[in-house]
Amino acid sequence: MKKKKFDFGPYLYILPALVIIFVFRLVPILLSFVVSFFDWSIVGVGKFIGLSNYAKLIYDAEFWQSLLNTFYLVIFVVPISLILSLLFATLLNNIKKLKSFFRSIYFIPTVTSMVAISIVWKLIFNQQTGLANFFLAKIGIDPLGWLAESRGIFLLLLQNFGIEIPHYLGGPSLALFSIIIVTIWKGLGYNTIIYLAGLQNIPHVYYEAADIDGAGKIKQFFKITWPLVSPTTFYVLMMTTIVTFQVFSQIYLMTGPPVGGPLGTTKVIVYYLYDKGFGESNDLSYASAIALVLFAIILTLTLFQKRLEKKVHY
Amino acid sequence: MKNSIIYIILIVCGFAMIVPFIWMITTSIKSPLEVNKGNVGFIPFEEYSVYDDGTNEFRIKIVKVQTDSSFVNVINSEGKIISSFKKISNSDIHHKKKLKFHFENFSEAFNKVPFGRYFINTLIVSFSVVFGVIITGSLAAYAFARMRFVGREFLFYLFISMMMVPQPVYLIPSYIVLNHLGWLDTYNALIIPWIANIFTIFLLRQQFKTIPQELFDAAAIDGCSRWGMLWKIALPLSKSVIATAAIFGFIGSWNSFMWPLVMIDNPNLRVLQVGLSYFSQEASSQTSLLMAASTFSILPLLVLFLIAQKQIIASFASSGLKG
Repeated sequence: MKKKKFDFGPYLYILPALVIIFVFRLVPILLSFVVSFFDWSIVGVGKFIGLSNYAKLIYDAEFWQSLLNTFYLVIFVVPISLILSLLFATLLNNIKKLKSFFRSIYFIPTVTSMVAISIVWKLIFNQQTGLANFFLAKIGIDPLGWLAESRGIFLLLLQNFGIEIPHYLGGPSLALFSIIIVTIWKGLGYNTIIYLAGLQNIPHVYYEAADIDGAGKIKQFFKITWPLVSPTTFYVLMMTTIVTFQVFSQIYLMTGPPVGGPLGTTKVIVYYLYDKGFGESNDLSYASAIALVLFAIILTLTLFQKRLEKKVHY
Repeated sequence: MKNSIIYIILIVCGFAMIVPFIWMITTSIKSPLEVNKGNVGFIPFEEYSVYDDGTNEFRIKIVKVQTDSSFVNVINSEGKIISSFKKISNSDIHHKKKLKFHFENFSEAFNKVPFGRYFINTLIVSFSVVFGVIITGSLAAYAFARMRFVGREFLFYLFISMMMVPQPVYLIPSYIVLNHLGWLDTYNALIIPWIANIFTIFLLRQQFKTIPQELFDAAAIDGCSRWGMLWKIALPLSKSVIATAAIFGFIGSWNSFMWPLVMIDNPNLRVLQVGLSYFSQEASSQTSLLMAASTFSILPLLVLFLIAQKQIIASFASSGLKG
């Protein structure tokens, strides 16, 4: 029997995508390791400096501050967004009339650009002419500093009750908290849609059986809905975490001047690497080192969540 | 009873979700003067003062207020001063409110910086990206789904693993690569790196796998080539997945900001989001112009969303289902 000729066809089909992904994904990712080991700037390659960029990071207070701010962002945005979107999805799943209307309303922020949205929210948080303080005034609350307030939210909250706490326990600044609000608001529609799809996958017979057994709605939620929707919960958890670690536009457009203000309390990791790489210092290799630290953090958390997901399996 | 509680919660939260947009639109048609005076509410009122001489009402501009009388300028409807420094007793002066829409804010904002140019640039980039993503995606997915070849699994998982890498990680090295190619500050930098999308390849591969083999076998008997089957069988049966891929590509490209901000320096090549960002720095104190610019930047996607909301929401919902 004649040996079949080698078929190049399949490779030709894959070639266009492969070239693009090779040149603009694989090469850059490998290159970023190389870049972080060299003294590399816009002008060209400098000398090999090994791990000294990473050593520098350890003593870089601004880096730690931006990492802390990013963690604050994630720790607040992820659980609040998760709870609210599950609540909305559950409510939407229980109505018939106007269901798609509300779904669309909640979804609008997801399709609109972060840039335009940030401009609008910055004006909403304006102390004198903003909508936020306008609403607060209507319900008799003193105006807040919002994006201009560098003090922590716990500190501000406890101050109202006459309790003084040290600054480092103050939590995210009110300015960062304003960013948290916008970030939650922007992602809520997407998470709600994902949860709604997850809820619709739960067979109705479970609820009917629970009704016959006389289980209340709250009990049904915790005994049926919550466990059965857990794959969706893990997906939402993972996606929201990954996306929140990469927040950039709202910081760039809403905070400052200087961006990241007041007092650096809204400087996040992606803005910091942008500033290092493309700002005044133009230090692409240091920025690459920061990017790889961010990658390592995201990767670790993703793998951790995957392991957790395997354990919690229904 | 219980349903009405659900509806109340949904309405209140729904209002919170769209109130920024409502305020954006109402502020965009407000008089800039009123906004700066601190007229924050939703209705584009214009406040003005008049004095009543018993028979007629005159528009006035108050110059100096004293205890029981004021000096005022009387003005006509165009704002021109008819008589100045008239002394009028305060009891004759009334403050009134009138609805007035300043649609000219839109044209003023649009012409202040070349937004027309930005729109055209964005359209060129977005359409090229969508077109490229569908072509490269269909070809690659077709091979992954319907052909056997050495290294198929390896290449597929290599692609999938690249999908996990966040954009900030490859932004800086991509900048270096584009610099070497001489593509910085060209459309190429905005288009070429984005014309292959791993998620699209993944979606289309899943779709092509669901098409029954019998269809391909029958076509083969009729003498249809592998290339012909892609166009005559695989793609026509995958319209909704292609629409999903196009929607993601278009929205992603239209809204992308950090990438064009870094890769483009030439003001003539700015895309809408970057142009809007520069405009927001230039016009930072002109609230109503900023709101007008934000409104017309959001509008095209908002209209697209309202027309195709079912398809768009279904597309996003399907992105969460595990393959």
